[in-house]
Amino acid sequence: MTLTETGSPAAVPAGTPPLLEVDNLHVEFRTREGVAKAVNGVSYAINAGETLAVLGESGSGKSVTAQAIMGILDTPPGFVTKGSIRYQGDDLLQMPEGVRRTYRGEHLAMIFQDALSSLNPVFSVGYQIAEMFRVHRGMSRSDGMKKALELMELVNIPAARERVKDYPHQFSGGMRQRIMIAMAIALDPEVLIADEPTTALDVTVQAQIMALLKELQRERDMGLILITHDLGVVADVADKIAVMYAGRIVERAPVYDIYARPAHPYTEGLLASIPRVDMKGQELFAIKGIPPSLMRIPPGCPFNPRCGYARDICREQDPPNYPVGDAHDSACHFWEEVVDGTRR
Amino acid sequence: MAPAGEAVLEVRDLVKHFPLTQGIVLQRQIGAVKAVDGVSLDLHKGETLGVVGESGCGKSTLAKLLMVLERPTAGQVKFNGEDIYSLKGKAFKAMRRNIQIVFQDPYSSLNPRMTVGDIVGEPFDIHPEVAPRRDRRRKVQELLEVVGLSPEHINRYPHQFSGGQRQRIGIARGLALRPDVIICDEPVSALDVSVQAQVINLFENLQSEFNLSYIFIAHDLSIVRHISDRVAVMYLGKIVEIGDESQIYGAPSHPYTQALLSAVPIPDPTQRDRKTQIVLQGDVPSPANPPSGCRFRTRCWKAQDICATEEPLLTIRPGISHPSACHFAEQAQIVETHDAEEFGLNQPVPTPDDDDLVEPGTLP
Repeated sequence: MTLTETGSPAAVPAGTPPLLEVDNLHVEFRTREGVAKAVNGVSYAINAGETLAVLGESGSGKSVTAQAIMGILDTPPGFVTKGSIRYQGDDLLQMPEGVRRTYRGEHLAMIFQDALSSLNPVFSVGYQIAEMFRVHRGMSRSDGMKKALELMELVNIPAARERVKDYPHQFSGGMRQRIMIAMAIALDPEVLIADEPTTALDVTVQAQIMALLKELQRERDMGLILITHDLGVVADVADKIAVMYAGRIVERAPVYDIYARPAHPYTEGLLASIPRVDMKGQELFAIKGIPPSLMRIPPGCPFNPRCGYARDICREQDPPNYPVGDAHDSACHFWEEVVDGTRR
Repeated sequence: MAPAGEAVLEVRDLVKHFPLTQGIVLQRQIGAVKAVDGVSLDLHKGETLGVVGESGCGKSTLAKLLMVLERPTAGQVKFNGEDIYSLKGKAFKAMRRNIQIVFQDPYSSLNPRMTVGDIVGEPFDIHPEVAPRRDRRRKVQELLEVVGLSPEHINRYPHQFSGGQRQRIGIARGLALRPDVIICDEPVSALDVSVQAQVINLFENLQSEFNLSYIFIAHDLSIVRHISDRVAVMYLGKIVEIGDESQIYGAPSHPYTQALLSAVPIPDPTQRDRKTQIVLQGDVPSPANPPSGCRFRTRCWKAQDICATEEPLLTIRPGISHPSACHFAEQAQIVETHDAEEFGLNQPVPTPDDDDLVEPGTLP
């Protein structure tokens, strides 16, 4: 999937596999209450320098997909049951754990929503960043600390020299997120997965962190997978979008297309429920109902109980990905009606 | 537009300092966290006053003070003309009936061991005069219906509901005593995007049905804009700007309001290069040791010497339609608005120069 017109990097020569490609991934959690199908056939790909936003609400499977890519899924109860995750053509899921471990940090890195619980409270932040170099590069402690200091300066932590020996609790939320970013980019990974990196932060700090991520991505030509539920952040940074619902990707499109021409009722509903200036005083459009339990995903299209377009076929047949336009597809039987804007 | 009704709540110079102490036996006070530091505002009948600000700016402490869950260090709040902190006995109880709250987290604000009927009916145990005992069950069922839940769910427990439904239970409990004022402390921020709109619509419908006044505390500026008649912007315990929704969003005059508005990502990719974004440097200073003079000066690109020495008052300044607490207040258009022409604004916002910004943490 190349997206030249959206300002993403130059097209990759034909025949080269994408930098990272998730193909038909299935993940389930086997719990005492039953099997929760968290991811049901997710496919997406990302190239160097590109930003893919994975959009969805809690329980849509966006974080579980990321955990499967990184190989940090809690097993048990989580199991990848089907599919492949190829990094430059090599399937990560077929590798022995010892080999796969060398990809983590080196080629693929991840930052999390909650920086405080992702950092170890009993080691200084400098020590934790330096650990990347000691473990992966065999550096000495003092060399590692020097590198850690460089990285803290790179992510714009003020007075980094004085703060390198401070502990996570001594930093503010925004600064902790910067430390997580420093750790993630330490070994110059090709793909960075950011799982709700700014959800816990205030808007002014969110703007700082997103600016930092964009800058680092540009400098290093990283592929960035941004997992979020915030349609505003997505509009600001993404090149392309994958919208997830109940463990499936319901729509994939270049960023400009999806805001101008949503082709899935769920995407359309999400966009319509954002308060807009010209809607002041009017009732907001609200998607009715609630997301399904992953243990009881409705048959057919998983969105059908909440959908205004749903007809009998939606309750019986799971819709395939219909092509809507260039690099744009939608898993809705009635995508043409959605595009035409004839809401029922 | 703000309805010209009478003021239900009048807040005057409200101050709440939490003491910081040292020592175990002889606790000496070594300072104070100035959570709310001189807040004045009016809430009119039937209106929604939005309160926005970042974490630590004192918005939740303000909510607790208005609920009399905390008592203020100084200042007063008048509810229908009476000072709520000096009320005693029956009068105090009657006042409390009329000011209710809906909390942010619908998971921790409902007792997991009580049924929905008990939760929504509990206010009647405290204020039995509102509903005779035999009517309560019916009243609770009516309330559940009002907030869009099935009356048959009266015997269920909170864990059997989704987040949005739980927030509806919290709203039903807030409505039970037919209050005049409901304080909504981040009522939708814990909810999924697709469910937020449902709850916002419910708030608006209830307001017109019961003529409620809301204080709507939130950090999501677009939701506050949608629901509010007037908006107050808080920074480090003080209101820096207050005005009608169209004034605050259409012609913000305080640099902090401008930065806050410009930091909100616009859900429209075609706008991404067009808008001027003001990225503030650094973090909010500690409320235990706020900067002298103007509290925003450490992150402000307009700051000059006077800002460190003289505190700007929240007043109407020349050329500005609403009160603003900045010595150098200037109206500017930051976000797309439906009535920008009204203010004769088209000049772009001055973008802060990196050199002008004071390094965070270097307070004189």
